[in-house]
Amino acid sequence: MVSLLFKRLIHGLVVLWVVATVTFLLLRLAPGGPFDSERKLPPEVIANLEAKYHLDKPVWQQYLRYLGGIARGDFGPSYKYLDRGVTEIIADTLPTSVLLGGLAILFALAISFPIGLLAAYYRNSPIDRCCMLVATLGISLPNFLLGAFLIWAIALQLGWLQAGRWDDWASMILPTATLGAAPAAFLAALLRSALIETFGEDFVRTARAKGLTEFVVVTKHALCHSLIPVLTVMGPLTAALLTGSFVVEFVFAIPGMGRFFITAVVDRDYPLIMGVTLIYTALLVCTNLLVDLLYSYVDPRIRAQ
Amino acid sequence: MNGENQPKLTSANRFIGISAAFVAVVLFAAVFAPWISPYAVGGLEEKRLLEAPSWAHWMGTDGLGRDLLTRVLFGARVSIAVGLGTALIALLLGTAYGLVAGFKGGNWDHFMMRVVDIFYGLPDMLIFILLSLLFGRHIGGLLVALGLVSWVRFARIARGQVLQAKEFLFVEAAVALGASRSRVLLRHILPNIVGPIIVTMTFSIPSAILAESTLSFIGIGINDPYSHWGTSWGTLAQDGYRAMRSYPHVIAFPAAAIFLTILSFNTLGNGMRDLLDPKQR
Repeated sequence: MVSLLFKRLIHGLVVLWVVATVTFLLLRLAPGGPFDSERKLPPEVIANLEAKYHLDKPVWQQYLRYLGGIARGDFGPSYKYLDRGVTEIIADTLPTSVLLGGLAILFALAISFPIGLLAAYYRNSPIDRCCMLVATLGISLPNFLLGAFLIWAIALQLGWLQAGRWDDWASMILPTATLGAAPAAFLAALLRSALIETFGEDFVRTARAKGLTEFVVVTKHALCHSLIPVLTVMGPLTAALLTGSFVVEFVFAIPGMGRFFITAVVDRDYPLIMGVTLIYTALLVCTNLLVDLLYSYVDPRIRAQ
Repeated sequence: MNGENQPKLTSANRFIGISAAFVAVVLFAAVFAPWISPYAVGGLEEKRLLEAPSWAHWMGTDGLGRDLLTRVLFGARVSIAVGLGTALIALLLGTAYGLVAGFKGGNWDHFMMRVVDIFYGLPDMLIFILLSLLFGRHIGGLLVALGLVSWVRFARIARGQVLQAKEFLFVEAAVALGASRSRVLLRHILPNIVGPIIVTMTFSIPSAILAESTLSFIGIGINDPYSHWGTSWGTLAQDGYRAMRSYPHVIAFPAAAIFLTILSFNTLGNGMRDLLDPKQR
């Protein structure tokens, strides 16, 4: 177990290094620079700026300086925000994004479990078809459109909630629902097919034959067994939530990391782009580690290996 | 097939039929947009800003007095070009890569799939945004960037299929008869793995359309105002989003176009999977 964890940790570090290197090279290759503007700056000013950000040094020196900075947790200065470094910006905005992502995962789990269970339990019935129709629609509805629709319907037409704020719990409802909807739909469909397969297994029949109540059979025997496919997709799901958070933070004007990332892309603020990319990757690596740990918790067969 | 399943299948088929029809309409609009559009693209009517749908303007007009139907029809070109182009690039790149990895096996396979794993685990939108910085924010650059993101799915599927196909007796027989390696790969293995690859391709079209419209909506997608391709549905939706409070029709029509197109392609993909990929049935 410990050796597996160690191996995964090393693998995670390799992934981080690859991403850091590829991003660095990609952005050095990209045409146009952060100091290009409508009005051409005098060459002396450009030279000064480049000296300040060490852009006048050979690329390999820039690269080593960059890697060294990351190792110390310093992502360098932002090109656009002169008063704040990238590390500071990330430290300010990451908690907001993590809160939004966490709420969205909870929302997705809370919605998908009842729907998946209902659909699987009453499979091929109108209930099932209704649930799966909703799931198909949910998977195909882009989150920016869902967000826009929720703002229009609930905030503008009905006036129940306000949009464009991020302070109290009520202001978090719409963004959470928007970000969590697609994962909820996806998980519900996944859980349904996993459960249907499980219901056909011998141990479920045995549990029923022992005279256990239907509730115990479904929740304890069938559901636990169907958790494994759900765990398998948690990694990709986190990735989806991360990219979803750019969009949702943009639509709802939430001061999270995703919104800063988009502005950084528009401004070509390379250090900020690289910093956020690395944080995203690190978050993913951590999620995958956590999933590996949870696996052995849910499935005793993996623990035994 | 028992009687209980019968009605479900037919209703699913009807759904697939409607989806196919809608995809056909979008394709038609994409190809013939300049001929079927009621107004000239880029035509402004300064006195008819933000008009609600009427007989003259079926979808109304936008903030500059442009006919929305015309803009939506031209937007189909962007979506279809992005969807099909990406799928094609990813198909060629990913399938070739996966075929080679699966066929070579051993260390080659191990190393090649490690690379794929790293790409696969990252959020595709993130890679896509980084690549689009490199290739530029016009439709060609976007196609390449999206293709470079989507190929990993094809590589995985193709490799898995090749590993399975390598075990088939007829492949062994072909090798025993002295067929060359490329002959075995192209004549015996490739035809047997086409099904899952077509399914993957059908699903990669809507995800490319989704990615493009999302990026255009948040303002980091296609930024090429002088293009004759038309404006992305995502950009149209963004224009409408800003005027949503008072003029919801400006976002409603592009939004419906995006949603229905993605939904139709997804439904077609599900149908295709049931048809071509017997294991999933």
